[in-house]
Amino acid sequence: MLMNLFKFKGGVKPPTNKTQSLGKPIAQAPIPSRLVVPLHQSIGGTPRPVVQAGDKVLKGQLIGEADGWISAAVHAPTSGTVVEVAMHVQPHPSGLDALCVVIEPDGKDEWIPREPVNYKALTPEQVRERLQQAGVVGLGGAVFPTHGKLTASKTVPMEEMVINGAECEPFITCDDLLMRERAEEVVRGIGIFRDLLQPKRVLIGIEDNKPEAAAAMRAAVQAVGENFEVIPVPTLYPAGGAKQLIRVLTGKEVPAAKRSTDLGVQCFNVATAYTAWRAITHGEPVVSRLVTVTGNVHEPRNYEVLIGTPMDELLKLATPHPDTDGIIMGGPMMGFLVPQPDVPVVKATNCLIAHSDRLFPPKAPEMPCIRCGSCAQACPHELQPFEMYWFSRAKNFGKTQEYHIFDCIECGCCSFVCPSRIPLVQYFRFAKSEIWAREREKNAADQAKERFEFKQLREEREKAEKAEKLAKAAAAQAAKKAAEAAAAAAAGDTAATSPQAADAPAIDAEKAARQAAIQAAMERAKAQREAAQPKNTDNLTPDQQQAAAEIEARRAAARLAVPEAPANEKSE
Amino acid sequence: MDILLAIAIMALGAVVLGAALGYASIKFKVEGDPLVDKIEAILPQTQCGQCGYPGCKPYAEAIAKGEAEINLCPPGGMEGVQRLADLLGREVKPLDAEEKPKQVAIIDENTCIGCTLCIQACPVDAIIGAAKQLHVIIGPQCTGCELCLPPCPVECIHMEPIAENIDNWKWKYPVVELKAAPMREAA
Amino acid sequence: MSHYLFILVGAVLVNNVVLVKILGLCPFMGVSKKLETAYGMGAATTFVLTMATGASYIIDHYLLIPFGLEYLRTLSFIVTIAAIVQLTEMVIAKTSPTLQQTLGIYLPLITTNCAVLGVPLLNIANGHNFVESLLFGAGSAVGFSLVLILFAGIRERIEGADVPVHFRGAAIAMVTAGLMALAFMGFAGLDKYQ
Repeated sequence: MLMNLFKFKGGVKPPTNKTQSLGKPIAQAPIPSRLVVPLHQSIGGTPRPVVQAGDKVLKGQLIGEADGWISAAVHAPTSGTVVEVAMHVQPHPSGLDALCVVIEPDGKDEWIPREPVNYKALTPEQVRERLQQAGVVGLGGAVFPTHGKLTASKTVPMEEMVINGAECEPFITCDDLLMRERAEEVVRGIGIFRDLLQPKRVLIGIEDNKPEAAAAMRAAVQAVGENFEVIPVPTLYPAGGAKQLIRVLTGKEVPAAKRSTDLGVQCFNVATAYTAWRAITHGEPVVSRLVTVTGNVHEPRNYEVLIGTPMDELLKLATPHPDTDGIIMGGPMMGFLVPQPDVPVVKATNCLIAHSDRLFPPKAPEMPCIRCGSCAQACPHELQPFEMYWFSRAKNFGKTQEYHIFDCIECGCCSFVCPSRIPLVQYFRFAKSEIWAREREKNAADQAKERFEFKQLREEREKAEKAEKLAKAAAAQAAKKAAEAAAAAAAGDTAATSPQAADAPAIDAEKAARQAAIQAAMERAKAQREAAQPKNTDNLTPDQQQAAAEIEARRAAARLAVPEAPANEKSE
Repeated sequence: MDILLAIAIMALGAVVLGAALGYASIKFKVEGDPLVDKIEAILPQTQCGQCGYPGCKPYAEAIAKGEAEINLCPPGGMEGVQRLADLLGREVKPLDAEEKPKQVAIIDENTCIGCTLCIQACPVDAIIGAAKQLHVIIGPQCTGCELCLPPCPVECIHMEPIAENIDNWKWKYPVVELKAAPMREAA
Repeated sequence: MSHYLFILVGAVLVNNVVLVKILGLCPFMGVSKKLETAYGMGAATTFVLTMATGASYIIDHYLLIPFGLEYLRTLSFIVTIAAIVQLTEMVIAKTSPTLQQTLGIYLPLITTNCAVLGVPLLNIANGHNFVESLLFGAGSAVGFSLVLILFAGIRERIEGADVPVHFRGAAIAMVTAGLMALAFMGFAGLDKYQ
């Protein structure tokens, strides 16, 4: 296993705090009293609810249907009754609500009929569709629908597939334990991905502080008979960032505004591989995940938790210390304090840390930036956080983009090393969301403009059509009148003796006036038409003139009253 | 004699320079006004007419010609004024109306009589419906211009501010300002 | 040859028009809020100044001196500069309307930019020949652009700084300009080997 490893710039080494939760095997968390399953748990379209209050659901039954290709289905985590489909607070830093399906478990935990299949008998399309139907998403944190990453690029051959078992964030151990206890299923899941993408090599990167996991994986790879390479990578935060791990294992650096697939590399999390395997060959959709419960608790441990379990109920299993005053979802570097203790566990929840001031002393107040450059040295993306900070603070968003703020992965290394304790990532998040908001507004404005212009065009056209119709009707009327007048004249004085003759002159006068007005209008219109006549009929060759005359003659014969049409169509 | 010479030389200079400038003014004649597009790109395209011009483009043209102030667009807000000022090198002026949060129109389904008047008034075709049928506003397309409010004979349309949700939520500015800074003065 | 280099370096750094000779302060303070505008103004002024030195040398030597009309110098120079500025404005209006708008009144005001009149007059006072005049003009223009762009860069950053309320805007800009002038004093003596 001699392999040349590469390095990424920057990175930090925070205390790992992983041993606390490694002592015990994975435990099954009991079914909670109530499950709140958010519909929007992955990147992409929000799934549409397909159940109503009062419906009985079984474990693994579809409750949210994927909306579009980049979207993943959502399933009932256990059997029970749907209490409501309503807005509930999300495990999101905003503390805002989103649509959730609330299920009251019946305690039976009864599965839907599961149909295990041999994926080798399926076409790649069918496998991808099954993964989407099973709600398999990236469990490393980004929750990108996995099937969307499993289409091999047509132009770039797939060189390497990187499997991310680095788990670099402090406190979190769920991937570690998954690899220790369920290595074989992880390896088989990686096999599915390998068969779909056909990479030349499969590299499994595991930080070198998890030798047991690496050993278990190696044994499993051998047992299954695969040729995957299990590679220990140096423990350095954020080695588990997709771009960082790709850099370490393959030496390839993913450029800004490009994806790893453009370089022939694709990256998956170990837990994703595990759920994919369960979904395909056991027919079990993603209804639970491993969550590390640690921090300010008596018994830190990893639990297999149903999606939708309220976090406070889960935390109770580990018996938190009485001074616990909040729950951090995710690790201490990238996680956030959840807005309420009863928000549900979602597919993105890899770790819950009980927060207390003892464990995480409140930060001393922010001091001015002294431009020491520590943040730039720590940045794993080789950005200049102090510059981005300066311009974010000044709300000069154009400049932040010039410093590539969108390449920032918000890993928190810069905030970690900042001697002035500036919450740099907060500034970057602020700037990014402002830029996004502006982008949305711009798009909305462009769309509104387009629609406004189209409406104007349509109104103009309608007006023109109406005018034309009116003119035609008036012309017809005039012709009719003229014919009538002629007939009347022909009838001679016989008509004059008729009883109507008395009031006829008055009507005639009125009609004549109206007719004159119409005539005048038509003449004006004609004059305008003539003025607008295309100039290209002016200097034509005799041939063309003759052709035009012929066309005109034909037109007259066909009674096409459109003299304003270009007369030299033939010459074009 | 000297003075005549001086006058002659200056006159000669004036003729030469004048001719050069005259030629240049023909050679570098600007067709149309490309500035209008840049101004229009800043305007929010609500087409609401609150500036007194029939739409965003006429207002942009008026600004480019120097006929209109840059602070007449309430939907663009103070930020829009700021950006126009930056683009045009004009001074920032306080907005000529009060700034409102972004909003959308909502039709009350119970009172709508299906008169189609609002459909005709909507500048961006964001209302669908037919005569004697219930009309509905396409939320994402509505610019919140309020032009549909006055024509409605039964006053069934009202404006609602766009609520914050997880998709449009923004991270807050991490700086706690101790006191409001006065407007920056133009140097 | 080194003689020309000294003229150039002297004009750019040692005798910088803005920070040492204190000429052309109006655009220096007025158009230095944004880096982009500063680039545009720098380019426009460089063009006008170089053209103006050349044209004024020709006018002076082939028109004014032979006819003994040196007393018309200021007048004829101003007229020439005005014409060149007009020309520049037309070209900019055609090529970059935004730049024209952002430069705003400062573009026609290059006419009255004392640096643009001052440099041709200094040329005559120093007895420069045509090449020297052009070099001195171009050097002064580059020096002007250099400090304008540096200053604009600093001011863009100051936008984000916690400047005490009463120092915001022009006041802190003046302080900054003063510090920059002090820094440029460090170049003094660089051209003393000619």
